Amino acid sequence: MQEILSDYDVLAAFWGTIKLSILGTIGALILGTIVAVLRLSPVRVFQWIGTWYVNTFRNIPLTLLMVFSILGLTFILGLQLNSEDISSNVFRWAATMLAVYHGAFICEALRSGVNTVPVGQAEAARAIGLTFGQSMRHVLLPQAFRGSIAPIGSTIIALIKNSTVAAVIGAGEAANLMSVVIENEGSRFSVFLVFAIGFVILTLPLGLFFTSLSRRLAVKR
Amino acid sequence: MTEPLVVLKDVNKHFGDLHVLKDINMEIGKGEVVVVIGPSGSGKSTLCRAINRLETIESGTITIDGKTLPEEGKALAHLRADVGMVFQSFNLFAHKTILDNVTLGPIKVRKQKKGEAEKRAMELLERVGVAHQAQKFPAQLSGGQQQRVAIARSLAMDPKVMLFDEPTSALDPEMINEVLDVMVSLAKEGMTMVVVTHEMGFARKAANRVVFMDDGQIVEQNTPEEFFTNAQSDRAKDFLGKILTH
Ligand SMILES: Nc1ncnc2c1ncn2[C@@H]1O[C@H](COP(=O)(O)OP(=O)(O)OP(=O)(O)O)[C@@H](O)[C@H]1O
Ligand SMILES: [Mg+2]
Repeated sequence: MQEILSDYDVLAAFWGTIKLSILGTIGALILGTIVAVLRLSPVRVFQWIGTWYVNTFRNIPLTLLMVFSILGLTFILGLQLNSEDISSNVFRWAATMLAVYHGAFICEALRSGVNTVPVGQAEAARAIGLTFGQSMRHVLLPQAFRGSIAPIGSTIIALIKNSTVAAVIGAGEAANLMSVVIENEGSRFSVFLVFAIGFVILTLPLGLFFTSLSRRLAVKR
Repeated sequence: MTEPLVVLKDVNKHFGDLHVLKDINMEIGKGEVVVVIGPSGSGKSTLCRAINRLETIESGTITIDGKTLPEEGKALAHLRADVGMVFQSFNLFAHKTILDNVTLGPIKVRKQKKGEAEKRAMELLERVGVAHQAQKFPAQLSGGQQQRVAIARSLAMDPKVMLFDEPTSALDPEMINEVLDVMVSLAKEGMTMVVVTHEMGFARKAANRVVFMDDGQIVEQNTPEEFFTNAQSDRAKDFLGKILTH
């Protein structure tokens, strides 16, 4: 175990995982919020686009999305996110696909949060003369957000673990290094242990954090 | 006769095939207290909600203080600010303190300063008897207290008229009077009120008029005394017979 840590730059690999996860999470939160607003909007076409997005990206395996981004988008269509540097292009595509895929789950988490808010809250907001935007901002979204912290947390943790899928296109992160180590050293229990511990260190505190946050901010009814 | 504050003219409303409001005509004068009663499903809530356009209507007009209810948008929000509404299920904003519940409208809609809004809110909470709970959250209060806060929240907007949709029917019996007392005192001070309720005590004490609805229509209306002791229509007699024996 010691030699793995000294012979390979495990920390750098996990740093790759962290960067990928942070970028993926930010992207997923933005995309997820947009898609959620589309699905909740009163305009039919918007709802339809939102529903299509969720159904599409929630049901295509992430591995396929990753492979498609390089084989399909970069090689066939020539879409590159960094044309100077191949590994940076791969890394950016990996982050994008993580965002696109998990955006669908964030959308559903937010929607479940909106469903925790009784209709009476919106009616009371309108009845005191708040505009649609004001009731969204001051009454509905704050409650919806609190109601969706737990599922958003689960989605982010899933995203961190799913970032290992980026190894299939060779993005620089932990799982990619792990396959290199296994190739050189053979598959030993200690190899798995190092990487497993690495992920637990990343996700366990986050899980505890989201659980306590959702409990602290829960709206009592 | 005082100038009518709320005027409904030939108002019709359907839910799908169901005709819930049938050619409703009604005028409510300034300072008048109107109690609406009638069997379940007769359209009382819908009537109440139509007055501040929580429900849309298909034909007819509703005017408040001479202004026709506008379509959705800023103008409607403006008009709604002048119409207070108290719901059966209180509907206090669950994530805000009691004080913030009362100040939200004045600050965001009336653009009052926070300090000024809070001072007024405390006076109103004092008046409905829950000032000492100002920093708590709605779920920490009893139903009766929550409903009194909801009344304070409406009053904070200085409404021209207040609508109450069965404000006491979700309450435990021992809490009903604390809410009715607040409503009676409002009525005595000249607030214009439309109250859907089966509390005959309240109607007798505070109402100028009782409107009896059945099957989407206003069947008869009279002073509380006349209506309760000497109802004209068979439907009203039948209805009164049922609620009196319970
Ligand atoms: N959103 C809705 N969609 C479809 N039908 C509705 C809706 N709201 C009310 N209705 C129907 O319209 C009719 C009138 O309802 P309303 O709530 O106005 O009656 P109510 O007199 O307030 O009755 P209650 O005493 O039970 O509160 C009822 O038959 C009800 O089922
Ligand atoms: Mg009703």
